[in-house]
Amino acid sequence: MAPTPCITVDHLTVNYRDVQALRNIRLTVQPGKVVGIFGPNGAGKSTLIKAMLGLMPVVTGRVSYGEGTLARQLDRVAYVPQRSQIDWTFPATVWDVVMMGRVKKTGWFNRFSAVSRRLATEALERVGMLEFRDRPIGALSGGQQQRVFLARALAQQAEIFFFDEPFVGVDQKTEAVLFKIFQELAAAGSIVMVVNHDLGESITHFDQLILLNKELIAAGPRDRVLTRDNMTRAYGGHVGFFGHVA
Amino acid sequence: MSPELAVLDWFFEPLQFAFMQRSLAVAIMVGIICSVVGSYLMVQRLALLGDAISHSVLPGLAIAFWLGVNIFVGAFIAGVISTVIIAWIHTRSPIKEDAAMGIVFSAFFALGITLITTIQKDNKIDLNHFLFGNILGVTAGDVRDTAIIAVLVLVAVALLYKELLFYSFDPLGAQASGLPVGLLNAGLMVLIALTVVASMKVVGVILVLSLLIAPGATAYLLVPRLHQVMLLGAAIGVFSSISGMYLSYYVNLPSGPAIVMVVSALFSLSFLLSPRYGVLVGPRRDRPWQKLRTLLLSKGSRP
Repeated sequence: MAPTPCITVDHLTVNYRDVQALRNIRLTVQPGKVVGIFGPNGAGKSTLIKAMLGLMPVVTGRVSYGEGTLARQLDRVAYVPQRSQIDWTFPATVWDVVMMGRVKKTGWFNRFSAVSRRLATEALERVGMLEFRDRPIGALSGGQQQRVFLARALAQQAEIFFFDEPFVGVDQKTEAVLFKIFQELAAAGSIVMVVNHDLGESITHFDQLILLNKELIAAGPRDRVLTRDNMTRAYGGHVGFFGHVA
Repeated sequence: MSPELAVLDWFFEPLQFAFMQRSLAVAIMVGIICSVVGSYLMVQRLALLGDAISHSVLPGLAIAFWLGVNIFVGAFIAGVISTVIIAWIHTRSPIKEDAAMGIVFSAFFALGITLITTIQKDNKIDLNHFLFGNILGVTAGDVRDTAIIAVLVLVAVALLYKELLFYSFDPLGAQASGLPVGLLNAGLMVLIALTVVASMKVVGVILVLSLLIAPGATAYLLVPRLHQVMLLGAAIGVFSSISGMYLSYYVNLPSGPAIVMVVSALFSLSFLLSPRYGVLVGPRRDRPWQKLRTLLLSKGSRP
């Protein structure tokens, strides 16, 4: 398989209603790294991934992947939305949700293949949720729900993985599983982008950081991004965190 | 006569009449498609949209009647137009979707009533038949049209099941995986409009919401997966349609309200007695007397 190309974001500007949410973002995301997107509330972190995927209209700018536009190659993307955006009382089992990762590849009017069922089973095994496959999703804990979503993303066999706030309301076991699999995906040459807002210890799990506050403050290796100056520009100097600052 | 025979006789007596055969056939088909399509409305929290579409079909129906076109076609077009206008208002202005629905459906409904009242002065058309159903007036043509709609709807749901499941559970995730969510949503609106149109004769546009939502909601309290909700919901819908029709026949009730009362009673039973969520028997900790018990025990253990 050819190596995964980079994602290039070129002069991306996005409005949310009438307010500018992102201004003139330029960055390149390389495969093989776990990339964290950080910034204060309302910095446009989720907006950045949604705009990159074409899930919301952009004012200007272009997001390319390899030769073409990323939004036209969504079959290579696995996107995990914020858990709070989902109605977890929906009548579905763990298995139903993981199989959703196979819908696009299965194609219209086709039934799920044995390969799809095997991929879903392996994905559930990998996140430690196989024994829960017949449980209603509403009967799971927050962390278990997040792992089911991770399994769905794995079952998609994507090259690019986007996770929106995957660590909100999850237990430590789930956090460990998530970081382990992010590293494995990156090691296998995928692009892994994770929206996060927690500046605690867990920041050391990210190889590269993107620091946002409506505009791009900094992007690159962790030590280069986490400078006092950058943090002040992103968080306005009100943040007490400087423990990991170089 | 033995009791068994009496029951059989009770069951078969109405079926001697062709009008009862036709109306039962239509009621059964409508019971099935309402429950199946309504399940999508329920899980997407779009119950009000079912109400909006059903009220909005009236002007189309009146215009079609006036033009001498099939009223199903006119009603369907009006239903679809109303959903387009609702979406237009709420995407192009700060008005929220529920307010947009309220505005559009009442406007369409008012227009429909005005048109029908005007037309009915010179024609044999009765507003009440559309508002509350007129199942005993079902013609052979109605049976055929309802059957065509029922087949269309059920085949579409079966063919698009996995895509619609993904879309209705996680629209953003579905869109990000490359599914054409705009088309899926439009398809769903068309299915709802078709279903509402097919149900007009059975329960009328005002009560159709009950047939759309209550069977699925009843089943949702009993089974955990969407296709099970649809299947059990369809069974509940069919049972309600048949028993409503018999109630109507023997007790001389209007058939639409009779059907709706049966399905509402079934929902109440499920709400109270469902093993998973029943208020009286479910395994939840927030039932009043358990709260009281916890409270008393914690008070009792206080030093």
